[in-house]
Parts: sequence; structure tokens; C-alpha cells
Amino acid sequence: MDTLVAYSLVAVYSAMGVYSIAFVLFTLDLSKRSAAAADAAVAGTASAAAATSRPAAATAAVGVGRSKGGTTTLDRPIAAGASTRTVDAPIGATRYQKIAVALSLLGWLLHLGAVLTRGIAAERVPWANMFEFGLTATVIGMGTFLGVLLWKDVRYLGAYISGFTLLSLGIVTTNFYVDIVPTPPALQSAWLVIHVLVASLATGFFAIGAGLSIMQLLRSRAAASKAEGLRFVHTLPGASALESLAYRVNVVGFVFWTFTLIAGAIWAERAWGRYWGWDTKEVWTFIIWTLFAGYIHARATRGWRGDRSAWLAIIGFSAVIFNYTIVNLFFKGLHSYSGL
Amino acid sequence: MEPLRPSDHIDSEAPIAQPALGAVGWLRFAWRQLTSMRTALVLLLLLAIAAIPGSLVPQRSADPNGVVQYRRNNPELFEVLDALQVFDTYTSVWFSAIYLLLFVSLIGCIIPRTLHHARALRSAPPKTPARLGRLVGYRATDAPATVEQALDAAHAELRRRRYRVARYGDSLSAERGYLRETGNLIFHMALVGVLATIGFAGGFGYNGQKVLVEDRVFVNQLSSYDSFKPGRFFDDTRLDAFGVRLDEFTPEYGLDTTTGRVQPLDFEAAVTVIANGKEYERVLKVNEPIDIGGTRMYLLGNGFAPVVTVRNADGDVVFREPIPFLPQDSNLTSLGVVKVPDGLRAELGMIGFFYPSALPLDSGALTSIYPEPDQPVLTLNAFTGDLGLDDGVARNAYALDTDDLTQVTGGDTGTDSIVLGVGQSAALPDGLGSVEFSELRRFVSVDFYHDPTQIGVLVSALLILGGLIVSLFVPRRRLWVVASPTDAGVRLEYAGLARGDDPGLEAAVYDFADSHSQRIARTVEA
Ligand code: HEM
Repeated sequence: MDTLVAYSLVAVYSAMGVYSIAFVLFTLDLSKRSAAAADAAVAGTASAAAATSRPAAATAAVGVGRSKGGTTTLDRPIAAGASTRTVDAPIGATRYQKIAVALSLLGWLLHLGAVLTRGIAAERVPWANMFEFGLTATVIGMGTFLGVLLWKDVRYLGAYISGFTLLSLGIVTTNFYVDIVPTPPALQSAWLVIHVLVASLATGFFAIGAGLSIMQLLRSRAAASKAEGLRFVHTLPGASALESLAYRVNVVGFVFWTFTLIAGAIWAERAWGRYWGWDTKEVWTFIIWTLFAGYIHARATRGWRGDRSAWLAIIGFSAVIFNYTIVNLFFKGLHSYSGL
Repeated sequence: MEPLRPSDHIDSEAPIAQPALGAVGWLRFAWRQLTSMRTALVLLLLLAIAAIPGSLVPQRSADPNGVVQYRRNNPELFEVLDALQVFDTYTSVWFSAIYLLLFVSLIGCIIPRTLHHARALRSAPPKTPARLGRLVGYRATDAPATVEQALDAAHAELRRRRYRVARYGDSLSAERGYLRETGNLIFHMALVGVLATIGFAGGFGYNGQKVLVEDRVFVNQLSSYDSFKPGRFFDDTRLDAFGVRLDEFTPEYGLDTTTGRVQPLDFEAAVTVIANGKEYERVLKVNEPIDIGGTRMYLLGNGFAPVVTVRNADGDVVFREPIPFLPQDSNLTSLGVVKVPDGLRAELGMIGFFYPSALPLDSGALTSIYPEPDQPVLTLNAFTGDLGLDDGVARNAYALDTDDLTQVTGGDTGTDSIVLGVGQSAALPDGLGSVEFSELRRFVSVDFYHDPTQIGVLVSALLILGGLIVSLFVPRRRLWVVASPTDAGVRLEYAGLARGDDPGLEAAVYDFADSHSQRIARTVEA
């Protein structure tokens, strides 16, 4: 068992090494493509300009349908057969990006190996204390990112996701590490498996959603200010394309979070007799749920779509992080499973 | 028919400037504001913010001792916060006001929407727009068929895809995804369902705590509970008749050889339930409550209950009770109180520590090194004087108020504390009598819950989840097919329109057009 635990740690450190390189390459990609975008702007080519004007065109095209842009301001220009190029095609992406994605995948496999060996060594699910939860939540977050790549090209989020994963792994391995201990009776429940797993899934989706919302804000700033700012921003999809992508990712997260809340209540009933008791952890799960319900409403409310709803998504994800770190460590409550 | 939406919804027409308002106009205006998207949104965010204070300070409902402690540590701040009901955040006036307003808004929002949707379900899709060219996924193709053949094929294909179809001239108008709005309405109604269930059924529940010592029987009546919280509509007759006896409590511990830390592995209480004149043996564990005819029993804690016997100067037994000692650390060093009001020359109170595996420290004090009774030792400090049990004020069985008492052993009294192993006894000072540690038993602390809201809330919660999934992921979309005769056959135009978030619309139009062409080809061949 001890050797397995050691392997698991070696795998975590290796994954961190590989992720660091991926992070550097993703960042290099962003900075190089900003140069490319600037060159393009200087040369007066259409690349950057097209990227900015496209959402406007899309909105105009749908506006006819009385949907006021509805949510159909899509990732594709829909003016009759105009362009076949999709907005999410990587504009000016560099070679670095491909290598970075490959390395992310390699890092992720190592990371996954670390989680599995930890679980096998512990003879239970590897998410029974904060260290393990952090390890598993990040593998799910990174996995979600890689999975989303199969569906949508969001490689421009690579620097954000790999940076975030790296930082989280660094913090959990140095500050939250605990040796394997047997599961205390309070955690011996099938609901632990379900509840925590789905919470991690939700966290993964919210992380990506928040990344997209941050990009969206940068993008709409850049479009509004005309000032140079961060140049790579001009190579991203338009703000409204980012927004609708963020929305789709966040609602998946929201469904998982709703499930987490319900599963948590069922488990609380099994363990403590009441399904809801406003315990600190329950309070924060509720707050996060309410914030994202607010976000979904904001997306459908005139005057709130756009920047404001993006801020809500970011605040919502910050609350998720707060719930995992500060609430776990410093708030008093029944959920004292940090293992620290 | 469009789903009905508040006027500030992104899909609604911008409201027209209001003409001068009369009283009724103002009322209508106020109501429209209350049921607007913006109000719902702001109230949701307010609710999130208002929930925060309750996680920062202890709550009376969940952690009453924490509140007492808070008061002791911050007496001035406590007064202010208490006046603001922060220690009862979730039942406070301000928290309640926010969620009640939110639910008024919600009900005001869903009733008209439900009526509207019921009508929409029975009405035909809207007329085909005059020009499809600028809608989503527009495309035009030619097919070698008649208008009738083409439209029949389109009709069949649309029905197969579960569109509702209407024919207007030489065009078909189709709509699908009414389920999206149905799901949305179910979701919002189920939210009301949760609140209503708790509001109505919640009052009939109760919950109570009991410390149950081995071989003792608990009878489910009000006076048996150590503490009891009735719902608003509770009365004694709601307590089902049953009894529970704790037969044996068996913990299992593991020792982590590297850290030396003791880990609980399993807790198991063998109990006998006595109901309807029969006895049933059951096992009670953490996370595995026992259901006794709608009342559930939960294992929350455990500890040791040394049986203490006190004899008077003549050697007659005046007191013999198992005393639950409350665990203070993970090795079950435990604290307990013995009160003997009668039978001796003076009222006697004792505060004591129990160590299941006692080890003397260098200082001479004892500590427990393992949570199992390998070397059980009981130490007692005795007090005499007025225990205050006769003045009718309820007293905490686990605390001894020593203000009116005189210490007679331990501390500065000059007489040593009483230290006893199992079966040992010691004389009390001043010829009062003697005290004996007669026997060691265990206790469990259990919670009994009777909660009639569980089913209703669970059903509502599942409807919330189901409604949410349906309303977020079922696309609601319109599709049109316009056929016009040409020399070679028929010219077909297709286009779609999304109602709400629908990333797959364009692909859906293309896919439909392809299947339609194939279907036409098949019909023409046949
Ligand atoms: C108890 C508070 C509320 C919560 C937790 C809540 C939550 C949600 C959620 C999660 C959604 C998205 C899922 C779906 O489409 O079914 C939603 C949609 C919606 N809610 Fe609420 N809601 C609340 C109150 C209200 C109120 C008071 C109104 C009326 C003003 C309202 C109107 C709507 C509308 C119109 C939509 C559809 C949005 C769209 O078209 O995309 N909700 N709500």
C-alpha cells in the first residue's frame, strides 16, 4: 500500500511538471498570436477585423426573427451561406498550441493515474479528504476541458485551465496533504461517492464557464475601448459567441450542482436525521446554487445579458472556490472532513 | 404561440411608455414590477447575500452552545447581532421577507404563464413568414416531384420528428419542443412545492434527543427525552407508542502505525425495538437509521457510562445509576457529573473524569491513550451544599453549578481526589458515606425524527431536477417548408427559428432538408 501511495505522489509531481510546460506553451501561444493579430491589424488584413465584426453580423441576421438576437447569436455566422468559417476556429493560433494540448493530455493521464493509484491504495473512492478532493476535482476539471475540446475548440482557455490546475495541485499537495486513513463511519455511505463526484463534475464545468466569461469580459472591453489592451484578446471569438458558449457550459454545471444539492440533502437525512439544517456547508451550497440561478435569469433579462451576467458566473465560481477552501478550513460546521 | 414572458425578458418586445396611471394602473404597474425578471433576479441575489451571515456566526437552531459561547466572548457585539436576528438568520424577518417576496413573484409569474401555455398546447403553429431567406439555416433545393408529394413527404418527416405541423397554402409551419416550457413551469412550480410542503407539513413533525445507556429502555413519550423540539402543530398524541432498549454498543478502532492516531472504523449498536407487544432486534449504525413506524432513529454519538453507587454512613445504598460521561477527545477522556440530592446527611455533587485507558503523566495528572476500556479509571471531586434541584428550575444534567457548594475533595481542599478502578470504592470525607465505581457500561446518543415533509420535498426536488433538465436541453424550434412549382418539379425552401437557447438549430434544418429529399426520392421511385 505504501508503495502505491508513493507512486501516486510521483505521478502527481510528474503531472505537475508536464502541466507546467503545457502552461508555458499555452501562454506563449497567446502572446505569439497577439503579435500575429497586431501584424494583421497593421497590414490591414481582415483576420482580426472579421473576428470583431462577425457577431454584429450574426445578430443582424437573426434579428429579423423578432427574437432580438435571442440566443441564436451563435458560433456560426448565419447570414445565408455567407461564410463557412466558424467563429471558433483558432484565429492565429500557433504551433505551440498543438504541443500544449498534447502535453495537457499527457499530464492528465499521469494525473488520472495518480488519482486511481491513490484510490486503489486507500481501497475506497479517492475523495474523502481535502487533498483527495482537490486531486480528483482537478482531474475532472482538466478532463472536462479536454472533453469539451472534442466538441468545441476552446484551446484558448488552455493557459487558464492548466494554470489553475497547476496552482490547485501545488496548494493541495503542499498544504492539504494527508496520509491515507480509513474512512470514518460518518463517511461510510454510497452517497459520498455520488454526492462528491457530481460536485466535482459541477466544479469542472463552472471552472470552464468562468474562464469563458473572463474571456468574454476581456473581449467586450477590447471591443468597447478601441485601446490596444491585451492583444491576444482580438484573436478570440466574439463576446456574444463566448457568452453563449459560457452559458451552455454553465448550465451543465448548474444541473450537476442541483443534483449535488439534492444528493447532499438525501445523505444528510441518512446521516443526521434532517435533510436540511443550514449547516455552513449547506448554506454555501445553497448560496452557489442561488447565484447561478441568478446568472441564468440574468442571461434572459434585458439589461443584464452580456457583461453583468458574465460577472455573475465569475462570482458564482469564486463562491465555489471559497466554499472548498475557506469554508472547509475556517468555518465551523458538521462537515469537518478536511482531514487536516 | 410564444411562451409568455415578463416584459423585461430578452425575448419580449420593449415595453411602450406608460400613459398616465390611475389607481388601478399603479397597482397593475406595481404587480408587473414585482413579477418582472429583474425583480426575480435581484431577489435571488439578495437571498444569496442574506444567507451569508448565518454561516459566519453560530445559529440557535443548529448550534445553541455555540451561541452561548459567542455571547460570552463578545457580549456587546452579541446584543447588536441578536437584535438583528443574526443568530436566527434563516427564520429572521429579513430573510423570510426576501424569500416570501420571491415566491410571491414566482407565483405571480407562473400562473399566467401556465394558463398561456395550456392554450399554446392546443393551438396550431403560427403562419409561415412571407420571406424565409433571412432566417436560420435557410436553404433552397429543387426536387423532381409535385407540390403535393413534396408537402406530404415533409409532413410525414416532420411528424416523425415529433413536430406539430400546420399547412398554410403551399407551405408547412411546424413547431416542436413545447416540453421546454412545460419543464420550465414544472421546475418553478416544484420550487413552490418545496416551500409549501415545509410550510404545511413541517408543523406536524418533531425531533428529540436521548442518551441511551446499555440495558436501559427508552419509552417514546415526552418525559423520556433529554431534549425535544416539537413542530407548531405537534401534540402528545402524535408520539407513536414504542420502546427501544440498547443491548450492546460495539465500536471498532484502528491504529495508524505511522502517526499513532486512533481511527474509528465502525460503530454498531444492537438494539431491541418494542412495539405492539413484540420485540424486534435491530442494528443501528451511522448513516443507517432505523425506521420505527414513521419515526426514525439515528446514531449520533457514543461514550461510557460508569455505574456509580453511593452508600450512606450506615452502608445502605442511597444512589446507584449509570452516569453518561461526555467524551472530550478522540481517546474518550470524558467528563461527567453525579448528583445525589437525597439519602445523605448533606446534598452531594461530584464532577469527574473518566479515562478508558488511563496513563499517568509526569505531572501526576491522568490521560487516556486509547478509546477502549483497557485500564478504566474514574476520578471524582466531591462537593456538598445546595444542588438547587428542589427549586423547580430545569437543570442541565451534565453541569454542576458549584457557586452554592463547598468542595470537599480535590483541588485546594487538602483531601485527595477520589480515584477508582472498576469495583473499587472510597470513603467520602466527613463520614458522609462511600462511593463505588461498580460497573462500566456504554451509552449511545440517538436522535429521533418524525418528519412528514420528507416525501413531499423529495418528490418536489426530483421534479425540480427533471424540469430543469428538460427545460435547459430540449430545444424549442420552428421549421418551415415552402414549396413552389417549377418546370422540372418543385422548388423547396427551408428555414428555422429558435425559441430560446438552441445551438443545434442550423444543423437541424439541414438535417431535416436532407431527410426530406431522400423521402421524396423514395416516394417518386415507388
Ligand atoms: C425561487 C426563485 C427562482 C429560482 C430558483 C429560479 C430558477 C430558474 C432557473 C434555474 C431557470 C432556468 C431553468 C429553466 O429554464 O427552467 C429559470 C428560468 C426562468 N425563470 Fe426562474 N427562478 C425563480 C423565480 C422566478 C421568477 C419569480 C420568475 C418570474 C419573474 C422567473 C421566471 C423565469 C423565466 C421566464 C425563465 C426562463 C428563462 C429563459 O427564457 O431562458 N423565475 N429560473
